[in-house]
Amino acid sequence: MRIGIPRESRPGETLVAATAKTAEQLGTLGYDVVVEAGAGAGADQPDATYVASGTAIGRADDVWSSDVVVKVNAPTVEEVARLRPGAAVISLMAPARSPELVEALRAAGVTAMAMDAVPRISRAQSMDVLSSMANVAGYRAVIEAAHEFGRLFTGQVTAAGKVPPARVFVVGAGVAGLAAIGAAGSLGAIVRAFDVRPEVAEQVQSMGAEFVTVDMQQEVSTDGYAKEMTAEQEAATAAMYDEEARAADIVITTALIPGRPAPRLVTAETVAAMRPGSVVVDMAAANGGNVALTQADQRVVTENGVTILGYTDLASRLAAQTSQLYGTNVVNLLKLLTPGKDGQLVLDLDDVVQRGITVTRAVEGGAEVLWPPPPVQVSAAAPTQALPAAEAAPPPRPQDPRRKWYAAALAAVAFALVASVSPSDFLGHFTVFALAVVVGYYVVSNVSHALHTPLMAETNAISGIILVGGILQVGSDNVAVMLLALVAVLVASINIFGGFLVTLRMLEMFRKD
Amino acid sequence: MSDLLDSEHLTGFVTGAYVVAALLFIAALAGLARHETAKQGNLAGMVGMGLALVATLLLAAQKAELLGERSLVVTLGLVLLMMAIGGAVGAWRARTVEMTGMPELVAVLHSFVGLAAVLVGINSYLEYEGYADGVHDVEVFVGVFIGAVTFTGSLVAWAKLSGRMRSAPVALPGRHWLNLAVIVASLVLMVWFVRLDGDLGLGLVPLLLMTALALLLGFHLVSAIGGGDMPVVVSMLNSYSGWAAAAAGFMLGNDLLIITGALVGSSGAILSYIMCKAMNRSFISVIAGGFGSDGATVGEARDYGDHREVQAAEVAEMLAGARSVVITPGYGMAVAQAQYPVAELTRKLRERGVQVRFGIHPVAGRLPGHMNVLLAEAKVPYDIVLEMDEINDDLAGTDVVLVIGANDTVNPAAKEEPGSPIAGMPVLEVWHARDVVVFKRSMATGYAGVQNPLFFKDNTQMLFGDAKDRVNDIVGALG
Repeated sequence: MRIGIPRESRPGETLVAATAKTAEQLGTLGYDVVVEAGAGAGADQPDATYVASGTAIGRADDVWSSDVVVKVNAPTVEEVARLRPGAAVISLMAPARSPELVEALRAAGVTAMAMDAVPRISRAQSMDVLSSMANVAGYRAVIEAAHEFGRLFTGQVTAAGKVPPARVFVVGAGVAGLAAIGAAGSLGAIVRAFDVRPEVAEQVQSMGAEFVTVDMQQEVSTDGYAKEMTAEQEAATAAMYDEEARAADIVITTALIPGRPAPRLVTAETVAAMRPGSVVVDMAAANGGNVALTQADQRVVTENGVTILGYTDLASRLAAQTSQLYGTNVVNLLKLLTPGKDGQLVLDLDDVVQRGITVTRAVEGGAEVLWPPPPVQVSAAAPTQALPAAEAAPPPRPQDPRRKWYAAALAAVAFALVASVSPSDFLGHFTVFALAVVVGYYVVSNVSHALHTPLMAETNAISGIILVGGILQVGSDNVAVMLLALVAVLVASINIFGGFLVTLRMLEMFRKD
Repeated sequence: MSDLLDSEHLTGFVTGAYVVAALLFIAALAGLARHETAKQGNLAGMVGMGLALVATLLLAAQKAELLGERSLVVTLGLVLLMMAIGGAVGAWRARTVEMTGMPELVAVLHSFVGLAAVLVGINSYLEYEGYADGVHDVEVFVGVFIGAVTFTGSLVAWAKLSGRMRSAPVALPGRHWLNLAVIVASLVLMVWFVRLDGDLGLGLVPLLLMTALALLLGFHLVSAIGGGDMPVVVSMLNSYSGWAAAAAGFMLGNDLLIITGALVGSSGAILSYIMCKAMNRSFISVIAGGFGSDGATVGEARDYGDHREVQAAEVAEMLAGARSVVITPGYGMAVAQAQYPVAELTRKLRERGVQVRFGIHPVAGRLPGHMNVLLAEAKVPYDIVLEMDEINDDLAGTDVVLVIGANDTVNPAAKEEPGSPIAGMPVLEVWHARDVVVFKRSMATGYAGVQNPLFFKDNTQMLFGDAKDRVNDIVGALG
């Protein structure tokens, strides 16, 4: 089958769906790949590089008549019309927000797969294009903010005075948020972050940022995405956003809810109260923005000198990198779709990943709409499912630490009682025994792990000391006793000699470099 | 000579020798704390043992002199003959045993201690006939019981380890009740035995009945435990053999035996505890057995996607270009006898300036510390062989990890899937490295029967085939 990589038609788009390297990888799956002339120009992938790696360059018609068309942005209606009936198209589609596109694809009789609908399960991570683009975008958001910000990110003490570190507040600790936290942190800023999912606190902290908490009952996410908050939660968090944003020099918001407008988190009043020179990067601008004054694709400067960036093409601003990542996601998807590695695309709708991304499927004489797919539960759901059970049965009370002491006291008393009726001979031996156990515990605890096998052999050898018992019994006048004792002497000797010698042999093998 | 034997001071001399021997045994174990002092420790143990034996022989000679039933020469001659035979057998096994066969040797040596404890115990009863008190009866009974369980338990462990018995757990219906019934029956027999106080002929009946039951118990107990839990079982039997020796010490009134037994007993107990912690399982659940039927898939079956295959030549290229390499061996390395080629590979890479280290999981192999011994045998310097805790933090900065014959000990499911049967088990976090190469014969699951998501990670590549052959291929490709 032939895969076509067209030039992106969206104005200003720099990305391409396959770099020279990923096009070559597609070739190894058995496909013929044809790239439209000039498609990679914006992503540092001139036609010559494709040719050098053995990929054909073709005209737009060649590309659009391919069996599989892979692009970055959703195909326009005109582009859908150029597709051959029965062909497949793979791109970002936002099918939930574009019913007219879904209808056009169905009418065209094509199979459409949305790269942005890959379910968030571990297995599908390698094709999760939203994650890879969000990662790049989060980084770029910090770079854009640093560009607008009139001061240094890192704190310094210089001869010309002290430079305070920039304070960055990141809202939403998804992939983009975490990337922003990492980038801002490595520039030297003090980073604070918030997310409505309390379970990500650990990830935030692992990136070196402080996790801001709201005293509030919070939900654990069941599908890997944040949910819109209840009105009650909103009131408490709104106050927190206000306070954090006022204290920050840079605010980066990344809060998105799939299939819905972005939540409005930072009000105009809050922005008005921020210090002049502060920068807000609203990464949710494409979906309406998290900040009141955001305008998509615009740089807005408020009256009090706060810059609000609503760029929606942050990932495209690092075209070479994003194209490479997107291309690799595509390769991974096609690996899944090409089980035979023979260049034949096979769609298996029983597979949750393939089912999840399939928007329409070509059938005899047309196409059927398969959107929306049944919901997929990701592993993070496990705690939620366990919750009702936990509520039904109250958690077991933590053990009273004193119980241990009671038990010890009880044991001591019981022992004293037993001891009071035991012969003194026995007690003397028992004293030795108890002390030897303690000594053994401390001595053996110190043994290096690497020497545990020699330790076992050594203990084998010394437990052969039971030989002593046998030797003393050999002298008995009872013949049966003597014979049994001789057998005991025999086997115990094997232990002693075998144990010591094998220990020695092992220890001699250990050598330092 | 006869002056010495007649001397009243002999008993004091023997006791003194025993005290010194006991201290030397403690020094022997203390020496094993570090590689540098380990050999001195072993020497201390040998000296202690020699001292104890000489003292005991003198004591036995004195006893024979006093009793005068058989001549001194015959008694000592018999003892020395037996010791010579036993010593020869022991020395022969110690010299010829393969390091991969160490677990079997250790297990069979445990069984000898158990057998000796049973024999000495029964003898002790026969010798004390008539004038023994209740306490002594109990000591004999307990000693024989532990000894018998150790004896058959160790034999089964040995048979399983050496492949003479199927390593899968044998699950009889109601096996816990069976075990309990044996223990209760033994207690009843003990009461009977103590009440028969002094009646020699009749007293043997409960004693031998109990011995038979305890032998069965030991057999059944270990039969029910799967092959991969053998590190715990062998440690546990090590502990039992110690307690058996200590019990023998009680019945003979011999402090040296008590001290040695207690040392060995606590040693085995600590090792069992370390093993259990490393598998994140409770001691009880291991001993109760029934875990790890071969190949059975436990837990939910997930679809982890595809694995990637790689060829030896590519691995060689990857290794040659790496700055740091960590090798995590498992039991599979021992099975394939791959330790020598692995050592050769290590030497070659180190000559090229690649930093090579080994990461050893506490339960890798069939014996605590088994991997260390195998690598030492192949002349891998011990200072590059690190424990799991020492290496785990460095894995993120490692270029290539070679997983050779290990599976469950490098399974990310233990950390990432709370529902997994091995969830919470500490594992070598190899997946943090840049590249992971897994040597494996097939895609079959490991001992725990759990699928390993490591194989499907993006940075993991599989190298299929016999580990020894594949490592040799890589060594060849490195030239």
